[in-house]
Amino acid sequence: MAARETRPEATARPVVEMRGITVEYSGVRVLDGADLTLRPGEVHALMGENGAGKSTLIGALTGTVPLLAGTVRVDGEASTPTSVARSRADGIATVFQESHLSPQLSVAENIMIGHEVRGPFGIRWARSRERASAALAALGIDDVDPRAPLDSLSPATKQLVAVARAIVLEPRVLVLDEPTSSLDEAEASQLLGVVRRLRDQGVAVLFVSHFLEQVLEVSDRLTVLRGGRVVAEYVTAEVDRAELISKMLGEDIDALQALHSQRLEHHYARSSNQVTLRAASIGRRGTLEPTDVDLARGEVVGFAGLRGSGRTELARLMGGVERPDRGELWLDGDRVHLRGPASALRHRIAVSSENLRHDGIIAGLTVRENIVLALQALRGWTRPLSRPEQDAVVDVYLDALNLSHEDLDRPAGELSGGTQQKVMLARLLATRPHVLILDEPTRGIDIAAKLDIQRRVARLAGEGVAVVFISSQLEEVVRLSDRIVVLKDREKIGELSNGPGVTVDTIVEMIAAELDGQLDGPELDDED
Amino acid sequence: MPATTGSRTRPAGPTGLRNLTHHTLFWPVVALVALLVANTIFSPDFLSVSILDGHLFGAPIDILRNSAPLLLVSLGMTLVIATRGIDLSVGAVVAIAGALSLSFIATAPDPGAVSTVIIAIAIALGLCLVLGIWNGFLVSVVGIQPIIATLILMTAGRGVAMLITEGQITTVTSAPFKTLGAGFWLGLPAAALIAYGVYLIVALITRRSALGMLVEAVGINPSASRLAGVRARTIVWTVFALSGLFSGLAGLILASNVMAADANNAGLFIELDAILAVVIGGTSLQGGKFSLSGTLVGVLIITTLTLTVTIVGISPLVTPLFKALVVIAVTLLQSPRVRDKLAARARQRAARPEEVAA
Repeated sequence: MAARETRPEATARPVVEMRGITVEYSGVRVLDGADLTLRPGEVHALMGENGAGKSTLIGALTGTVPLLAGTVRVDGEASTPTSVARSRADGIATVFQESHLSPQLSVAENIMIGHEVRGPFGIRWARSRERASAALAALGIDDVDPRAPLDSLSPATKQLVAVARAIVLEPRVLVLDEPTSSLDEAEASQLLGVVRRLRDQGVAVLFVSHFLEQVLEVSDRLTVLRGGRVVAEYVTAEVDRAELISKMLGEDIDALQALHSQRLEHHYARSSNQVTLRAASIGRRGTLEPTDVDLARGEVVGFAGLRGSGRTELARLMGGVERPDRGELWLDGDRVHLRGPASALRHRIAVSSENLRHDGIIAGLTVRENIVLALQALRGWTRPLSRPEQDAVVDVYLDALNLSHEDLDRPAGELSGGTQQKVMLARLLATRPHVLILDEPTRGIDIAAKLDIQRRVARLAGEGVAVVFISSQLEEVVRLSDRIVVLKDREKIGELSNGPGVTVDTIVEMIAAELDGQLDGPELDDED
Repeated sequence: MPATTGSRTRPAGPTGLRNLTHHTLFWPVVALVALLVANTIFSPDFLSVSILDGHLFGAPIDILRNSAPLLLVSLGMTLVIATRGIDLSVGAVVAIAGALSLSFIATAPDPGAVSTVIIAIAIALGLCLVLGIWNGFLVSVVGIQPIIATLILMTAGRGVAMLITEGQITTVTSAPFKTLGAGFWLGLPAAALIAYGVYLIVALITRRSALGMLVEAVGINPSASRLAGVRARTIVWTVFALSGLFSGLAGLILASNVMAADANNAGLFIELDAILAVVIGGTSLQGGKFSLSGTLVGVLIITTLTLTVTIVGISPLVTPLFKALVVIAVTLLQSPRVRDKLAARARQRAARPEEVAA
C-alpha cells in the first residue's frame, strides 16, 4: 500500500475508460452506449434507480457480463475484460457483499482464499494470516482476530473483511457495490472512512450506493444512469441535489415534497389515542431489557436506534416472532399470548422482517402466491382461496406494484428489490392487520419505491392501523412517525412525540447522551 | 434491431412444440415411451392386454401392479423432499410393516380369517404412522437434519423388523392377505388400485387445497413461511408421518406378494429408487416446487426398466449398469445446463443457412 506516496492530481490520466458499453440480456438492452471514466485517487459514484444498469456496468468492468459493443481501456490500452481473473490481472478488484463471504471460514481464510501465500509444502497459513492481518490493519480494524470465524463478527466488520479481501490484491481500481446497505450509520461512516483512505493512497474507487447522503459525502464525481444510458455526470462538489434526484427519477421532485406535506397533514389530523397493543415490561434475556410501549390506532410509531439497539428485537417480541420471557402483551384490553407469527396474525398483528431475502420473499413462489400466502395460512390449508378470491385480494395491489396480470404468475424472485418489498407489504395487508410492524421496509430500494412505501404507511395510519416503522435512516423515521421510541443498548431510553422541533439531530443527541433516561421527550405519552 | 425481431418471429410457428419440449416432464415421458417402444420391438405383443378368468393380463398390467409399492413410497418421498427433507427410513419401514403384519397373522388362531387380516393391517399401518411421526418429531421439533434423523430409523428399523420376526423368514398362508399384493378387484390388480387410489387422493388434496402451496412455501424458505404465519413445523411433521404411513402400505403389498416376512431384504434400496423417481420427475432435492405427476412418470420409468431387463434378456449381472445408463440419459436431458448447450448448438446450426439466405 505504501508504494504510492504522492496523491495524484484529480486530473490524472484515467485508469479505466469505458466507452459505448452496450449490453443485452435475451434481446433486452440493459446498457446502451454507456461511458465511464475512472481516475486514480478519485471516488467515482454511480447512481441510478433499480434497473438503471449500474450492476451491469460493473459487470462489464469486472468481466462477468459479455459486451455487445463498446470498449474498455485500462491505462490507455484496450483490455475488454472477459473474466474476473482477467480484470483482476488488470488491477480491478470488486468488494463483494458481505453475504458472498463464507460464514464458517475464518476471517483470514475469507480474505486470503484464492491467493493464499504458498510455499514448497502448500499453503503457508501463518504467512497468509499475517497478510490478512496487514490488510485489516490498513483498514483500521486491527482488533479483529484473523482466526475468528467470520460468523462471530458484526455485519459492519464482515463488510470490512470483504473490503480487506479486495485490497489484499493491492488493486488500482476498487469497485464497491452497495457496500453499506446492511450497515447502520456509524458502521457506514467507518466504511466511508476506509474508502477515503484508499482514495488518498491513489486507488480509483467506483462506489455504488442507494444512500444519497453517503454518495455526496464520499464521492468526487458522479455518473447518473437511467434506463441503461448515462444521463448526467457531475463533479460532486458542484452538484445540485434536487437536480440530481430529478435526473435519477427522470421526473421532478414534486413527489418528495408531496409526501412531506402529506406527513404534516397526517400529524395534525391524528385523532384517537386509543391504545390497541400494549407491551408491559416485555423483555427477553440477552435480547431486550424490559420495555414498555403502547401503540394506538391510527398512529405511526417509529423505533429509532442503531443496529443492535434492540429495535428489531422489540418488534419481534411485540409481533410474536419471538417469545418474551418476561412482561405481558395486552391487545385491546385483553392479555394475549402470542405463540408465533401464526398466532399473532390471528390477533391481527402482522410483522415484516428486516431481511427480505431470508425471511420475507419466497423466491420460488409466484407473486400471486406470495401475496396470498399469509391470508391462506391464516385460513388453514383445508380452505383454499379460490382463483376469484385470490384475484380479489391481489387486484387491490396490482397498480401499486406496477405489475400486469401476467406478472402475477412470475416467480417473485425475479422482481426488483423495491417491488419485492411492496409484495411483502401486500402480503401483510391482505390479512387486514390492526397492528402492522414494519422492520426496514425501505432498505436497499430506490427512491421512487421508497416514497411509495412511505406514502402507503401514512395512508394506513390514516385508516386506523397502528403502525410500527423501523428504519436505519433516521430522517425517514422522523418524516413518518407520530411518536418515536428511542432505543440504545437493548433498552428503551426514551420516547418522543414528533413535532416541528424534532429532527434527526434530536434523536442522535439522545442516543449519544451518556446518561440514559435523562433525555425523555418533550411529551411523554401517558396512559389516558 | 431487425435481426432480433427476425429471430423472435422465426420460431413463432412451432411455439407449441417448443413449449412442449421445454416442459420439465417432456424428456422423462420420452424416455418412458422409448422404453415401451423398445420392449414392443423385442416382444411384439408387449403392449397387448388380454382377459383371463375375468382379469386383465399383460405387460402393461404387470407394470401397474409392480409399480404399486414404489409409487406409494415415492409419493411420501415427494412431499418430504418438497419440504427440503429426505426420508431414508422408508425401506426399513417397509420391512417392519411386512414383518409385523405377517408375524401377527402367523401367530393368530385363524390366519385365513378376514378379521385377522384387517387387524394385522391396522396394527402394521398404525406402527408405521408412529414411526413416521417419530421421524417428523426428530426433524421438526428436535431440529435434527432430515438425512441424519431418518438414518437412525433406516439402520435401527431393520433391527426392529428382525426382532419382530425373531430372525426367521416367516412364511404365512392367508388368502385374504394374499389378495393385497396378488389379487384382483374389478379385473385390475388390487395393489395397483390401492396405490393409484392413494396417489389420486393425495394429488387432489395437495392441489385442490392449499396444502401444496404451503408445502412448497416451507420448502423454498422455511423462515419466511413461518413469518407469513405458515405453521411450518406442523407441515414438516405431517409429511414425515405420511411418508411413514405410505411406506407401511407399500410394505404390506410387498409382503403379500411373497407371503414371507424377510427383515433383511424387504424393501431393500427402495429409498434410493424412490429418491430417483422423485428426481426424474423434476422435483428438486433442494425442496420447493414438487410434481406428483413427475413422480408418477419416474416410478413408471423405473418399473418398466426392471421389466425391460427381463424381456430384452439382459443378463442380471449388468442390470444395474443398464439402469444407470437410462437414468443418466434422462437426468442429463433434464439438466438446464445441458439443454442450454444443446439448444445453443441447434441455434448455431439453424443460423448458418439463414446467413447464406440473407
